[in-house]
Amino acid sequence: MSSTTGSPIAPVTSAAIAKPPRFRRVRRLSRRDKVVLSFMVGIPTLIQLVLVWIPTLLSIGLSFVRWNGLELSDIKPVGVDNYSYVFQDYPPFWPAVQHNILWLLFLGIIGTPLGLLLAVLLDQQIRGSKIYQSIFFIPVMLSLALIGIIWQLFYQKDNGLLNFLLGTSGTPAAVDWFGDSRVNIWAALVAATWRHSGYVMILYLAGLKGVDPSLKEAAALDGANGSQTFFRVVFPAMGPVNIVIVVITIIESLRAFDVVYVINRGLNGLELISALVIQNLIGEGQVIGVGSALAVILLVVSLVPITFYLSRVFGKEKAK
Amino acid sequence: MSGLTSASQQSASPVSGRRRKVDGVVRQGGRPARHYGTHIFLTVMAVVWLIPLAWALFTALRPKADTDKYGYFSLGGAFNFGNFIQAWNQGGFPKYFVNSLIITIPTVLLTLFFASMMAFAVSRVNWKFNITLLIMFTAGNLLPPQVLAAPLFEMFKHLTLPYWFSDSGTLLNTYISVIAANTAFQIGFCTFVLSNYMKALSADLTEAALVDGAGIWRQYASIVLPLCRPALAALATLEVIFIYNDYFWPLLFIQSGDRLPVTTAINNLQGVFLSNYNLLAAGATITVIPTLIVYLLLQRQFVAGLTLGASKG
Repeated sequence: MSSTTGSPIAPVTSAAIAKPPRFRRVRRLSRRDKVVLSFMVGIPTLIQLVLVWIPTLLSIGLSFVRWNGLELSDIKPVGVDNYSYVFQDYPPFWPAVQHNILWLLFLGIIGTPLGLLLAVLLDQQIRGSKIYQSIFFIPVMLSLALIGIIWQLFYQKDNGLLNFLLGTSGTPAAVDWFGDSRVNIWAALVAATWRHSGYVMILYLAGLKGVDPSLKEAAALDGANGSQTFFRVVFPAMGPVNIVIVVITIIESLRAFDVVYVINRGLNGLELISALVIQNLIGEGQVIGVGSALAVILLVVSLVPITFYLSRVFGKEKAK
Repeated sequence: MSGLTSASQQSASPVSGRRRKVDGVVRQGGRPARHYGTHIFLTVMAVVWLIPLAWALFTALRPKADTDKYGYFSLGGAFNFGNFIQAWNQGGFPKYFVNSLIITIPTVLLTLFFASMMAFAVSRVNWKFNITLLIMFTAGNLLPPQVLAAPLFEMFKHLTLPYWFSDSGTLLNTYISVIAANTAFQIGFCTFVLSNYMKALSADLTEAALVDGAGIWRQYASIVLPLCRPALAALATLEVIFIYNDYFWPLLFIQSGDRLPVTTAINNLQGVFLSNYNLLAAGATITVIPTLIVYLLLQRQFVAGLTLGASKG
């Protein structure tokens, strides 16, 4: 947090003297260079505008209309009706909000710290570290859709491994882990954590490699024990990685979609805002206005971590 | 007593080489007790981590008749690849894999091509809006894709195309729709990573080329791009997995089942194989194979790609 404000000394001494202008101005941009450059910038920017930012703006527009998606002339403005419907009369909305918050808390309290713990343990010079890393890393490479299927086999009511291990398989006490609306969100969270922890582990392992070992040595010499060294010295030194991981955790919990959609299309206990958006767009009851209102709610919430991250990354450069 | 003196000596000694040596001794002394616990914990976690995969593989290797007879939680009966063969043929995998290829390869190539040009322009040339554009690109990649789903869907639906080009008469139900959405979404991330990489390259490189009269395109194509090879390799690996694993865009845009890529098609397998979990498990395992190949051959590239994006926070 503190580095955005910047220490008053650093810019004067190191930046002014050690840094010659970082982007050296290209002095002779010929006419041809300018044409080439405008193509190099123009095409990607056009793609980005047409397929990402204009749709995002259109989403906002569509959230204030009623439309069946057929003829453009059928579009009727309805003010904030879609929003008041979502907030007041749309039964799955508040459960979905709760589930998204739960998703964030679960990843933040269990998934991310578990990944950090694995990274710290594996960063020591222990035997077999590479093998452990490879194992924890496998789920990161799998698609969330596939993860949904693999865990379905594990969680099934009658033939799943979990109920066999619990001894409830075939008895009335057997739980349908993905089907029972009281437990399925937790079952889905375990499956999502399975992947998320490995991802966090990899990022932290890279972060830990970047920490100057002399910091740890200095702390050890000053009499700090292992956990003190970690929490007071190593962890704060990984500032940038910590930011990335906080942002990833938040954004992943807002984006969560594939797992629940594979399980049951995000119904019956697995409502998430992202899944509600899609339920309103495809399938029989196409309600584009409501779907877009949900999308805008998702957008507004997402802009918080996105803005935070961008101001961290680009704040320093813009200040120059 | 002697321990105390040596400790004070350590802290007094400013020589780093000596410190390290002493530190090594300290670490070795503290090693065995702590690491037993660590190993037990890690082994337990590793086993827990592998259980879902092992269960899927175990189920896939057993014929349905045997699991029906002995139960799924048993060791009885044969183990063979019968389910894999049956799933491959019944599930339509050859078609789905081809679809995945048709979508993944152009997406990755286009993404890297556009992203590298954009990254070059914002990191190696100083002009007014370069940071603003880079922020826009980076932010775009962080949005949840569901935010732009409805307008993109409607845009593609209302874009009328000749029937020789698309049998739906629009962009819906075409590979191009998925390629376009994926490319647009991934360009942001790749531009961000590549621009950081290019910024770190010495300014003298292109200065020298400038003196030699090299234009912008030559600076990009023959000087900067070849130096970005490690980053490009890492990103290419990462993007292949990302696009192969993409579930959402084909789900949204593609209606005919025979045009789906593998990852989105596996959802339908649940319906095709009904309650034949052996086949479902085999199907799931088959879709892991391409990932597994990348995992075995290019794991380092993949990890490098992941961490490249995160190292600059």
